[in-house]
Amino acid sequence: MSAADIKRKEKLIQRIFLVVAFSSLFSLFLIALFIFVEGLPMIWKVGLKDFLLSTRWSPTKGHFGIFAMIVSSFWVTIGALLFGGPLGLMCSIFLVEFSSARMRAVIKPALELLAGIPSVVYGFLGVVYLVPLVRDYLGGPGLSLLTSCIILGIMILPTVISISVDSLVAVPDSYREAAFSLGATRWQTTHMVTLHAAKSGIITALVLGMGRAVGETMAVIMIAGNALKIPLSPLDPIRTLTSNIALEMGYASGLHRQALFATGIVLFFFVMALNMIATLFARRKVLK
Amino acid sequence: MSAKTVVIEARDVSLRVGEKKILERINLEIRRNEIFGIMGPAGSGKTSFLKLVNHTFRAAGMALEGALYVLGEDVLGEDVNPTPLRRKVSMVFATPVVLPMSIFENLVYGLKIQGIRDKHTLREAAERGLKAAILWEEVRDRLHKPAQKLSGGQQQRLCIARAMALSPEILLLDEPTSGLDPISTFRIEEALKELKRHHAIVLVSNNTKQIARVSDRCAFFLMGELIETGKTAQVFTVPKEKKTDDYIAGRFG
Repeated sequence: MSAADIKRKEKLIQRIFLVVAFSSLFSLFLIALFIFVEGLPMIWKVGLKDFLLSTRWSPTKGHFGIFAMIVSSFWVTIGALLFGGPLGLMCSIFLVEFSSARMRAVIKPALELLAGIPSVVYGFLGVVYLVPLVRDYLGGPGLSLLTSCIILGIMILPTVISISVDSLVAVPDSYREAAFSLGATRWQTTHMVTLHAAKSGIITALVLGMGRAVGETMAVIMIAGNALKIPLSPLDPIRTLTSNIALEMGYASGLHRQALFATGIVLFFFVMALNMIATLFARRKVLK
Repeated sequence: MSAKTVVIEARDVSLRVGEKKILERINLEIRRNEIFGIMGPAGSGKTSFLKLVNHTFRAAGMALEGALYVLGEDVLGEDVNPTPLRRKVSMVFATPVVLPMSIFENLVYGLKIQGIRDKHTLREAAERGLKAAILWEEVRDRLHKPAQKLSGGQQQRLCIARAMALSPEILLLDEPTSGLDPISTFRIEEALKELKRHHAIVLVSNNTKQIARVSDRCAFFLMGELIETGKTAQVFTVPKEKKTDDYIAGRFG
């Protein structure tokens, strides 16, 4: 093969990879385009205010207010963060700062396995064990905001842990040595130096965890109760944006179908906003 | 304590990690009010020795022998509590490690973790440290700016200042000027000469000229062995060992 041939081949391979790389971007573009084309005319017709800020959702009567679901999705995301955030963060601190190499070799693969469990299994476990527990000890129907938050809190653990572990590991050992040599104990070093230095990575981890919580559908449908109202207590049943789409898409048609796509648009903005916040924090360097 | 008190005393200290010998039967004494220089090529065990002194050496499969008395306490034992030891024996590293906080926060970090909260005490300690490291004049107006904005030389002096704010008995320096320009190096050396009036200083460096310039007594490490130790003037003019002579003259390897 001549040098020119090699060069041409190299170019070709480069092009192929470029096309493959862009195809994922292209599919994202197509998805966005599709939900906007399907959903926007409905928002146009009903009006943005009646769509976003009304709590009345009865598609057969022509009411398409998703405010209750926005509120529910919001609370379930915050709740998942309240359960999964501290747990995940403490777990990562333990893994990076306090555990032996042998223990890490056991715990890390186990956590990665947690990410591989299908969400329907989480939902099933929630229905069978957690729902009765909440119903018997705390009251309410059991299928509730609280139950969803606990299950989602567990489901976001792998995301939170793997990213915060990465950011803790990335803190140079020299910081730790410097703190030790000033007489700091391991815990003082962790909370005064290491966490401080890994702050942006940890916030990214939490925000991406929230992104996962807001998008989760199957498990939430099974344990949230799916009632169409704004939850007033953690024990009230809720219906999130994602559940709404999944529950009704089977029989929706016409304006109703478009309304579900429009719900998708709202979700799209939710997730995009969270990802943007995460990217923003990830880009910020160690220093303020 | 009298001027010639021995603060570090190594008796047949050997360190092995797995099969590898890091230090082999080291015997030496380091006294108060002196700068003790340790020189030697990379991998000679200089840094490992320093890390044993403030109990930061950690490695899987490490084995220790002998006794290493630091301020009268053998620090090689299993049951040594490293935290109080490190408050008396401060260490400054080759690359300046300023913590990601303000200059002032860096200076008082060591005191804060001891539970000292009194603003006046903290401020006084910060100023004392900065003056000891000859950095006070340069940063007095911007104590609350991020420490990472300082130049490399200033950062290293901040690390020394931070160590001095703790009023340690012993200051360990691991190649503190290896990444610095000659002027910053000069400033740090001046600061060290000032500091030895009240402290014991152990200076590890592979820059033999620096050892010759600032140390009172010194030791030459090679492949984990202590080849020679004595008054710096004597080691550099009439070394007892040929290996020392070769190293100082740059005829090595």
